[in-house]
Amino acid sequence: MTKEILSGNEAIARGAWEAGVTYAAAYPGTPSTEILESLGKDYRDIYSQWSPNEKVALETAVGASLAGARALACMKHVGVNVAADPLFTAIYTGVNGGLVLVTADDPNLHSSQNEQDNRNYAKFAKLPLIEPSDSQEAKDFLKAAFDLSEQFDTPVLFRTTTRVNHSKSVVELGERVERPKPQGIARDTKKYTMLPGFARPKHPKIEERLQRIKEYGVESPLNRVEMGDTRVGIVTSGISYQYAKEALPGASFLKLGLTYPLPEALVRDFAQHVDQVIVVEELDPFLEEQIRLLGIEVAHGKDLFPIVGELEPSVVAQELTGAAANMLAAAEGLPIRPPVLCPGCSHRGVFTVLRKLKVFVSGDIGCYTLGALPPLEAMHACLCMGGSIPMAHGISKVVADSGDLKDRVVAVIGDSTFFHSGVTGLIDLIWNGGTSVVIIQDNRITGMTGGQENPGTGHTLSGGESPQIDMERLVLALGVKPANVRVVSAYDLKEVEAVLREELGKPEPSVVITKDPCVLQYKVKKPALTVDPEVCTACKQCLRVGCIALSLEGEGDAAHAVIDPNFCVGCTVCAQVCKFDAIGAPKGAA
Amino acid sequence: MKTINILLSGVGGQGVILASKILSEAALLQGLDIKQSEVHGMSQRGGSVVSHVRIGDVVHSPLVPEGQCDLLAGFEPLEALRFAHQVKPEGFLVYSTDRINPSTVSAGLAEYPADLEARLGAFPCTKTAVPAGELAERAGNRRAANVVLVGALADRLGFPDEVWQRALEASVPAKVLRLNQEAFRLGREAGG
Repeated sequence: MTKEILSGNEAIARGAWEAGVTYAAAYPGTPSTEILESLGKDYRDIYSQWSPNEKVALETAVGASLAGARALACMKHVGVNVAADPLFTAIYTGVNGGLVLVTADDPNLHSSQNEQDNRNYAKFAKLPLIEPSDSQEAKDFLKAAFDLSEQFDTPVLFRTTTRVNHSKSVVELGERVERPKPQGIARDTKKYTMLPGFARPKHPKIEERLQRIKEYGVESPLNRVEMGDTRVGIVTSGISYQYAKEALPGASFLKLGLTYPLPEALVRDFAQHVDQVIVVEELDPFLEEQIRLLGIEVAHGKDLFPIVGELEPSVVAQELTGAAANMLAAAEGLPIRPPVLCPGCSHRGVFTVLRKLKVFVSGDIGCYTLGALPPLEAMHACLCMGGSIPMAHGISKVVADSGDLKDRVVAVIGDSTFFHSGVTGLIDLIWNGGTSVVIIQDNRITGMTGGQENPGTGHTLSGGESPQIDMERLVLALGVKPANVRVVSAYDLKEVEAVLREELGKPEPSVVITKDPCVLQYKVKKPALTVDPEVCTACKQCLRVGCIALSLEGEGDAAHAVIDPNFCVGCTVCAQVCKFDAIGAPKGAA
Repeated sequence: MKTINILLSGVGGQGVILASKILSEAALLQGLDIKQSEVHGMSQRGGSVVSHVRIGDVVHSPLVPEGQCDLLAGFEPLEALRFAHQVKPEGFLVYSTDRINPSTVSAGLAEYPADLEARLGAFPCTKTAVPAGELAERAGNRRAANVVLVGALADRLGFPDEVWQRALEASVPAKVLRLNQEAFRLGREAGG
């Protein structure tokens, strides 16, 4: 038996391969991204693709499933919000080949804009929910999810959390089971076409199906009872199981893998065999509320374990055993080390100018959201993928134009986010006589999630060539006047400022496009700059561009800025903000 | 065997993940159970990163419980200090002396702690400082500082040398294997 160390995401990809999946689609989003990256790299016999957004990814997977293929769609928790529309009705159409939607939740918001417990979607949308607790289960349960999907003619929600997706553990590998190739697409209009008359009779069937899955869960190996000391009976799922098992290995456990619909008879039976039931789960009291609704007494749940943030093993141990962790005090007052824009990032110059102009900046989701943090502090709102442009429009429509730039609104959005859902916002703004300036920072990559292809890069997930969306022609076609579509270099601060001032003066929509590639993904590196310590007055203006290559050295009159040549890629933004011309190419360089 | 809890703390881009992989592969070759966890995404961008590696007969949680760390490798002095309280009094802390200013320090919004060594010294565990960048440079590339630090931890785990060699082979590209073997060896000497 081959054993490998796999992350949860790699294990999900492996599980898809072993399950005979032939179609996979996703939009990148932490902590889910590596599932499709692994499929695209390690399992080339599966057709896998990045889609422009999560809704499209799921819809393509529904199509593949109806045609008879086993199909997988993957996304982060907020991606399911985007894909909720097809999800709630795919429950009605059902499947032909198995259909599994992976939702990768991010408790503690390691890399997200909110904290939501997507197990609630299972109850809301009425579909079965499976939760693995480590990489082995991520692989094995995914295979079981496809079987369940086909057996009950329903999509399945497969819910992971950051600590499952991004943790690595030992996995015993299996072999791929090939499935018959779909031969043509059957005409079954009543199954696939959700007109009221066809959809209405499906709802009672969905309710009845949930009852049958509830029965299935009682016998399913996805759920297991580990009887030990019967004084404490712990009901748990996902990563919470691992923390509780480590804290109280001798207790009795009802370890649930199929957590919706709850296997009622199994829970009742377990509760009868233990003195008290304790529910250990992260975020919402999803299991606890269902168990209480059965009339089963729950001794402890959210009274002990926080509803907010990630569970910590030490907190779980302390609550379950009563033994306080023996902790030393942490060093206090240490400078924080927040994530920053990379040295040479093309977003830096744009934010430096926006800060100077004092306009209101409506931002979006991507690396550039870091423009909100000190010392740039040049973003004032960021809601969701694609939200920048519509929010700018709404603000502009109601704020009286005083003629002062502080009452003007600029939307900032990256290329991948623009293709994801920004384009509809721009259509709205143009259609409805908006006056905001939209900056599209087109660095030709999906950056924040580690550099994935998008419809502008000219490549697909598998590396194949594809047409590149021409951003200028696209916005022209949407109706922005040719004179108001401006392409600038993000590294030319004077040009960026002049163009923004001009466009902000116009009472109509403008789009400013930067086309400088991501320095990290395209490995842009020019000779490092240096500071002339004789000329530098230590005014700290350069430090305000927020680049880790820059710092101040020396005390008093001898103080001056320095540039670390290991970090500097020669972008010149700091040199352009220097009023004393103290920063330039190293002496002797061309 | 009792579970060994290892933390590797550093800055995004320093190779904390590769170092974790070498440790995990070595443990797998020893027939042990492993859980390893880190968070990536936003923290890639020059922020603090910490990786948890747990090795034992059966490991449940992928996270090292608070205060239960046996071995801490700090890839940067400030990041060593940030996690030093997690190390048990009988534990071991090795750290690279190569400083990297946080953006907050670069921007003049905060100061790098001047008394860092003294503050580290106040923690009860055994401590070793290693010039990881310099040793890596001697091996052939400064970027191999992460492998120097793995070398510095190696003797605390008691795995045979052959296991470490095979773990390196499984983790780094063939063309830089020699360089990394040398970085590992120099780290092992320095780790004491």
